[in-house]
Amino acid sequence: MANDDLKTLALADLHAELGAKFVPFAGYSMPVQYPLGVMGEHQWTRENAGLFDVSHMGQVMLPADAVAGLESLVPVDVAGLAEGRQRYGFFTNDAGGVLDDLMIARVPDGLFLVVNAGCKEADIAHLRAHIDGVEVIEDRALLALQGPKAEAALSEVLPGAAAMAFMDSTRMDWDGTEVWISRSGYTGEDGFEISIPEDRAEAFARALLADDRVEAIGLGARDSLRLEAGLPLYGQDLSPTISPVEAGQAWAIGKVRRPGGERAGGFPGADVILPQLGGNAPRRRVGLLPEGRAPMRAGVQIFDSEDAETPIGEITSGGFGPSLGSPMALALIDADTPKDISLFGEVRGKRLPVTQTKLPFTPPGYKR
Amino acid sequence: MKFTEDHEWLSADGDIITVGITEHAATQLGDVVYVELPEVETQVSKGDEIVVIESVKAASDIMSPLDGEIVETNDALADKPSLVNEDALGAAWFFKIKVEDPDAINEYMSEDEYKDLVGD
Repeated sequence: MANDDLKTLALADLHAELGAKFVPFAGYSMPVQYPLGVMGEHQWTRENAGLFDVSHMGQVMLPADAVAGLESLVPVDVAGLAEGRQRYGFFTNDAGGVLDDLMIARVPDGLFLVVNAGCKEADIAHLRAHIDGVEVIEDRALLALQGPKAEAALSEVLPGAAAMAFMDSTRMDWDGTEVWISRSGYTGEDGFEISIPEDRAEAFARALLADDRVEAIGLGARDSLRLEAGLPLYGQDLSPTISPVEAGQAWAIGKVRRPGGERAGGFPGADVILPQLGGNAPRRRVGLLPEGRAPMRAGVQIFDSEDAETPIGEITSGGFGPSLGSPMALALIDADTPKDISLFGEVRGKRLPVTQTKLPFTPPGYKR
Repeated sequence: MKFTEDHEWLSADGDIITVGITEHAATQLGDVVYVELPEVETQVSKGDEIVVIESVKAASDIMSPLDGEIVETNDALADKPSLVNEDALGAAWFFKIKVEDPDAINEYMSEDEYKDLVGD
């Protein structure tokens, strides 16, 4: 189970009690699945409410005057973010690639960021190099409750949650404890992310798990859920060598940061990324549906015919979609590939047909 | 029934050996979503990778435990790969192999020895 070199979650004992299998992930011993199994947990989240422990992710607070500093690192309209609202964004590099993706919330006394576990140390160093007063939050757990019954279940313990709209971010009192809550997540479902002091996290998690609609869900199902939802995973679908435009994330680049905007550019790699917005990116992200049942995973090369010598791209994330009932994949392919042609993925030396499809693979359940 | 260190089970009927994976292996793999089986009439050698099992998270190979010829594969797995999780020791057999030396099976572990190996 827990390896000495791995950090453990504050809720590790609870996960073990619930029958979790643990795997090392981004330096943490993480629950990958529970007795329900990845497929069962995935379906449970799509139909009910799944509780995820995402405490391995980085939580960072920036002072209120860090808006301009943060805008120098991300192509997001941070200044235009109203108090109580959250936006998705990414740190870019000079080559126009992505260093990490993150959530940015405007809270009463500053900006609250959630960054990926594997990148958090680098992100914090990067922030500190440009912004004064960066505070790393190390004593709060982060839980996500996701699924169509998340609102009903969470309302039993936090009645105010139901009034929140998608991407609202606020603070609430739970039994004398301040929780930081946003209506967001990374499963394609309606849901919430809740930051809570570690010493109160287990009691809070148990209060949620006492509800018949809530089951603990591991990392395995989190990955298949986000992939069905067409959401990119940092390190696969987003990376320092993939531009956000190529990765299909141009929507997150605020209008004011685009050419002609009030605060156009001014972030690393703007000279690469902004010209790509007009449809000039060399590659584009595409959803792929393999025709058979064989899953095509990250690294599978994509060809535009059965006998082409040179691949036109590669799968960045792939697997089996439990709700979709078939394999699915995200790929990065040459931008000039016609959208209506069948492609081929090479699996174990065989070229198998795949169809290009719109994303997400399954309809989103966000409550706007 | 005999067991390999790679978590396969072997069941002999004369010179025809049926091969599958153990419940222990099926549990470790998690939900199986696809099984790629060898072609019937393929000549195989011990150690050849002849089956690919894809679970929700990963692909793993299983190897031929003996020399011989594939004489039958389990078509039911094409429509219902989840059989591997439901009935690993029964309905989810993978292939039948006709061997020249049926005694070769005896080099593998007994059920008790296998249980010791996996700590059940």
